[in-house]
Amino acid sequence: MAELKVTAIREGTVIDHIPAGKGLKVIEILRLNRPNGGVLLLASNVHSGKLGRKDIVKIEGKFLSEEEVNKIALIAPTATVNIVRDYMVAEKFKVGIPDEITGILRCANPNCVSNHEYTVSKFYVVSREPLKVRCHYCERTMEEEEILGNL
Amino acid sequence: MDWKGRDVISVRDFSKEDIEFVLKVAERLEDELKNGPLDYAKGKILATLFFEPSTRTRLSFESAMHRLGGSVIGFSSASSTSVKKGESLADTIKTVEQYSDVIVIRHLMEGAARLAAEVAEIPVINAGDGSNQHPTQTLLDLYTIKRAFGRIDGLTIGLLGDLKYGRTVHSLAEALAFYDVELYLISPELLRMPKHIVEELREKIRIHETTDLEGTIPELDVLYVTRIQRERFPDEQEYLKVKGSYQVNCAVLKRAKESLRIMHPLPRVDEIHPEVDRTEHALYFRQVFSGVPVRMALLGLTLGVL
Repeated sequence: MAELKVTAIREGTVIDHIPAGKGLKVIEILRLNRPNGGVLLLASNVHSGKLGRKDIVKIEGKFLSEEEVNKIALIAPTATVNIVRDYMVAEKFKVGIPDEITGILRCANPNCVSNHEYTVSKFYVVSREPLKVRCHYCERTMEEEEILGNL
Repeated sequence: MDWKGRDVISVRDFSKEDIEFVLKVAERLEDELKNGPLDYAKGKILATLFFEPSTRTRLSFESAMHRLGGSVIGFSSASSTSVKKGESLADTIKTVEQYSDVIVIRHLMEGAARLAAEVAEIPVINAGDGSNQHPTQTLLDLYTIKRAFGRIDGLTIGLLGDLKYGRTVHSLAEALAFYDVELYLISPELLRMPKHIVEELREKIRIHETTDLEGTIPELDVLYVTRIQRERFPDEQEYLKVKGSYQVNCAVLKRAKESLRIMHPLPRVDEIHPEVDRTEHALYFRQVFSGVPVRMALLGLTLGVL
């Protein structure tokens, strides 16, 4: 009953089954730590039957769309998302890697124009297993290790 | 197929039909040119923005625009522009598009042409972005092969030299994957074609990676030679290890088919001996000529005057 260690929320989004240690990165990518957001709760290193250890992020008063949450699939492919209404899970889905990844990943190519000029980074998913993405600008392909290093 | 206003940034943006269409228009223009200059682009202005030096590509675009009846403005070095004052690429493009109808850009950064195309309302043509793409070179390469052999399908083609940093061979290999060709990638170990390109090619055509030029040459219909580009090496020591790895000369060509044609995007240093120039194998100067009708076709189509 690890979830009871943090307050249950009446309305909002619970992102569960985040690999342990990635919770803060999830918050950063989804920009949940902005002052005008809802109450934010992070439980880190919680016992998990599936993962051993996991992080959980709860956002009170905010319903994240599937598209928004899919952004975290690169670092938290195991995550599940629960939309909570009146303390009950109204909707539940697993995250999935979108076809395009915009604004959260930096290109690993030091000579890519996106690292020198003002642009919003954009990558196309070439393969999900193993994960490979191609930069919209320089067309270079990045693999898993590079992707994680440039989030 | 609506080409008016279209950008030409990467071979990846093309279908085989697009490529064939451009080649067909180029062929038509080459024939028309025999009767004198044309005036399809009369009153139109091309801006050539060469942030990185280039003789051939820039002159070829300028010649193409003049032969279409249009005029040209531009610069051939970033040092003489406001970029030196810290102006962003986006601002340079937004400024230049007020003066012109089409932009050709050469830039040292990969993706610069894509960014320029996103910013500009007028068509942008990529004349080389770092070690990424050089799509107009690729189209003129395909045009040269087609004019020489009457076809591209069924040929065995060798790409030789700097396959790691050479953008011309990256684009060409990707375009050749549309055709039924067999590809030999011949390079020093240090300069092998990037893994992600090899993987993509392998899904579409038969390819072989080798370091052995002499053993491979008897198989080939086309040998596409590239310069080992000192300026692209991050480490001079790495360059010295591979410098002069291959030289195509008459001795090497003894093992080749009589019909073998040798191409090179030029400039060359020592990778093709001048003695080869006098043989039937040399196709590289004809290749240079091909740049004009192909670029005329691209300019005319994107301007919507053809």
